[in-house]
Amino acid sequence: MLGPILFFVFAVLALVGALGMLIARNPVVSALWMVLNLFSIACLYLTLNAQFIALIQILVYAGAIMVLFLFVIMLLNLGEVPRLPAFDWRKGIAFLLGVGVLAQLLYVVALGLGVAPEMAAATEAEANGTAAAVGLVLFTEYAFALQIIAVLLLAATIGAVLLAKKRFV
Amino acid sequence: MEITLNWYLSLSAVLFVIGVLGVLLRRNAIIIFLSIELMLNAVNLTLVAFSQAFADVDGLVLVFFVMSVAAAEAAVGLAIVIALFRNKTTVNVNEINLFRG
Repeated sequence: MLGPILFFVFAVLALVGALGMLIARNPVVSALWMVLNLFSIACLYLTLNAQFIALIQILVYAGAIMVLFLFVIMLLNLGEVPRLPAFDWRKGIAFLLGVGVLAQLLYVVALGLGVAPEMAAATEAEANGTAAAVGLVLFTEYAFALQIIAVLLLAATIGAVLLAKKRFV
Repeated sequence: MEITLNWYLSLSAVLFVIGVLGVLLRRNAIIIFLSIELMLNAVNLTLVAFSQAFADVDGLVLVFFVMSVAAAEAAVGLAIVIALFRNKTTVNVNEINLFRG
């Protein structure tokens, strides 16, 4: 049985990447841990037979977006943040809030333990995840949303150029 | 042992909470952005898991749109960070209080 092994390997890698991102004090190191996390999530998509989304994840997230992050971090020349004083009550509250959110989410997942649907047959899911299947729906049923996304990306590009220009603010 | 939908949902919940903790605990604006991306990814994992469990392609299309919006958000957000850094020479959100007068 290869499936569970792959899932656990990449789940652990994703968690390690996320925790490394949270803990690392140097922003560049944080971004590199995040790349590990994004890559393992792409592999988890592959275990779910969503090949197209997995490829887009690597191209767009691990490729484009993380390069943008690293570029900005290195452009601003951010060093390591100074070590904070040992304990801060605000951090304690933040941690408790996070644990509360986790408890709620896991409670909802546990509620679905009995009623959650069985995973669809692998062959069905595999046909579902190809670029052909996604593209067919994307360019017919969701064609209008696709155009809106194009306008949004154009607006974001113009906004980013304007904001990053000298003497904007 | 079979990997069911619940495994993916639990993993996604844990990743989401790590993102929440990153936003709440870290003071570096860029790390906060990374945490937001992590939360978006956790939600994407949920969408893909549900979509493949129901063999329904709509969830994958939604993930595609979420990724586009995340790319737009990252571009604008990082431009704002650059503009802030130019004015305040810091990315520590505790020291950025433009609205406090």
